[in-house]
Amino acid sequence: MEHFSIITTREFLNKIGNKSFILMTILLPIILSGIGFLLTFLSSINNDTSKVISVVDKTGYIYEKLDSSNDIKYDLIGRSSSLDEARSISESKSDYGLLFIDNFDTPEMIAESIVFITEDSPSFSVIDRIESELETILTNENYRIEGIDINLINSSRIYIDLFQESFDGEETSRIDGLVSLMFGFFLGFLLYFFIFAYGSMIMMSVMEEKTNRIIEIIISSVKPFNLMTGKIIGVSLAGLTQVFIWMVMFFAFSFIFSTIFGIDGSYDSGEIMLSSNNEAGVSSFVLEMISAFMNLPLTNIFIAFILYFIGGYLLYAAIFASIGAAIDNQADAQQFMIPITLVVIIALYVGILTIPEDPNGIVAQIFSYIPFTSPIVMLMRIPNGVPLYEQIISLTILFSSVVFMIWIGAKIYRIGILMYGKKVTYGEIIKWLKY
Amino acid sequence: MNNLLSIDSVSKHYGDFTALNKVSLNIKEGSIFGLLGPNGAGKTTLIRIINQITQPDEGKVLFNNEPLNIKHIKDIGYLPEERGLYPKMTIGDQVVYLAQLKGLDRDTAKSELRKWFDKFEIDDWWNKKVTELSKGMAQKVQFIVTVLHKPKLLIFDEPFSGFDPINANLIKDEILDLREKGATIIFSTHRMESVEELCEDIALINKSNKILDGNLYDIKTKFKSNIYEVGVNASNPDSLNKELESIFETAKPSFKTIGENLKLNVKLNHKQNSDQLLKILNQNAKVIHFKEVIPSANEIFINSVENN
Repeated sequence: MEHFSIITTREFLNKIGNKSFILMTILLPIILSGIGFLLTFLSSINNDTSKVISVVDKTGYIYEKLDSSNDIKYDLIGRSSSLDEARSISESKSDYGLLFIDNFDTPEMIAESIVFITEDSPSFSVIDRIESELETILTNENYRIEGIDINLINSSRIYIDLFQESFDGEETSRIDGLVSLMFGFFLGFLLYFFIFAYGSMIMMSVMEEKTNRIIEIIISSVKPFNLMTGKIIGVSLAGLTQVFIWMVMFFAFSFIFSTIFGIDGSYDSGEIMLSSNNEAGVSSFVLEMISAFMNLPLTNIFIAFILYFIGGYLLYAAIFASIGAAIDNQADAQQFMIPITLVVIIALYVGILTIPEDPNGIVAQIFSYIPFTSPIVMLMRIPNGVPLYEQIISLTILFSSVVFMIWIGAKIYRIGILMYGKKVTYGEIIKWLKY
Repeated sequence: MNNLLSIDSVSKHYGDFTALNKVSLNIKEGSIFGLLGPNGAGKTTLIRIINQITQPDEGKVLFNNEPLNIKHIKDIGYLPEERGLYPKMTIGDQVVYLAQLKGLDRDTAKSELRKWFDKFEIDDWWNKKVTELSKGMAQKVQFIVTVLHKPKLLIFDEPFSGFDPINANLIKDEILDLREKGATIIFSTHRMESVEELCEDIALINKSNKILDGNLYDIKTKFKSNIYEVGVNASNPDSLNKELESIFETAKPSFKTIGENLKLNVKLNHKQNSDQLLKILNQNAKVIHFKEVIPSANEIFINSVENN
């Protein structure tokens, strides 16, 4: 136990004092927020310039009904010009595009003949917008021709926004689902990042002692198991410190950010435009997000997050430590890293592909029992609500595997650290387990 | 004399490979013990067992008449053949760290380290990093790491490799000094001249088996082949040579010329003794060189390994 704390302290101080570690701790948030700043800045510039679309309207009633707002501006250049004339005018004005509407007897025929000409491929959102505007105008025209009262139609239309409630009686909404999904993904990715960033740090630290040949001196004073676990804990504490500093910096930056850009930094993001362009506006959306967030099973998420994080991280840390012990140089790490990366990426894909469809579907369930994937998949699922018994079973499997993996890892570690100059194969490692 | 370390028919297997086969050794307290053997013989495995890095499959090890256990770790200092230091940690910090792992508290470790730094006149190394030191300098630091906690048993695996002759001598004197102060030393090496110089007892391990052990002087006596180097100034060397050939088994000499006109290696059989030979020589010539051929540790080593 005494050794354990000496080793943990050294590993921790050694990592914290490392120049590249300090640099990474300070620079990453600066770089990330710099990128965020730049993107927001650029997109605000981008949205300031509205797209001018020249229109030739031979029908005489469509142009008036087109809605020149929200960065698209329709500009009528003629009522009777031919397509070629209109094209040259539009080109000379260097417009975004030309909308050419010919006149026919029925709205159907008009609809089929409308042409939109642009120099570059137009964006989907622009096409969508024009199509839906034209659809509404021409449909209304059809109603008029058929003698149907549009006001009657509008007033008899019923709008539904389902009032959602979970079986525990908590109120939910579509935004709730979106927030759970996003928050779950965030947790899953955070674990993914942590596993690889700090797992490989453990691997390097083990390998360093082996290649420096200091290992034999240390191992004559310390049990390999204590050395391995001390290392894992020391590096993890350094990792947590780093994450903590990042969080503090993140909040500091977002405070500075929001004072510069007004109340909400993500004002211009497309999602918000989509869901809020009908009425209320940004601030009510933010409020809704916050309330959705508060609606999440936060206590469950918090406890599960801690447990899955520790379990998942330790499981992989033990694997990384034994890889570090088995190899002599970084090039040899590749053959062992690939399968691990694959498993983790499968976990992420399973999460991303199946959870939005059905958070409690069979595939998501199976993968949240397999210990190598359960931390990530389960963390993604839990904000959507997962029965407690499933979590308990999955955690039991996970922590039993952690104990087993640390036991296996210690065996590989014990042998591996004293094997110099040999390229290690899987077969060799299996042999070590029998020693 | 008390045995500080008793190794009793210790075996170690790695899968199908036997690294040590029923090896027994006794190491007397306060002695310098030479652990010899060709590469891959099993020396390192034995040393690792003494250090409790690996456990023996069979047999037992007694340290000071107690079964070897975890509390003995602080009584043992080990300088491995494959040795290194943390490249990015300062010398002072890492020696203190390694001493702490051997059970010393921080302050004792620091003050002991100061003493050694003073002794070797390397005070300014404290805040240096290993990357700033030469290989020989790093070796000095590793030596200090090995002895800092004043262990009862010191294990040196090829301690002189990488040292220039001056520093090798410095380390050799330190080893002898530690023995004077009561430490027991296991000395594993291929350099036979240092074995002759330092060791009282030796053991020779080859292909996982102990093939020879005991007091170095006794072993040498046992390996004597009763050959004498003879160099004389004779008035009639040819007739003396003929006379010697008729009584003894003679061979071409193995020593360098000093000024003799007859030199020979003479082998006596078990009925003959050196007095007989000297008598004949004295009657016929002036004896300039007369020496019994004692096998060197090197010859014993090579002979034993080749015959094994």
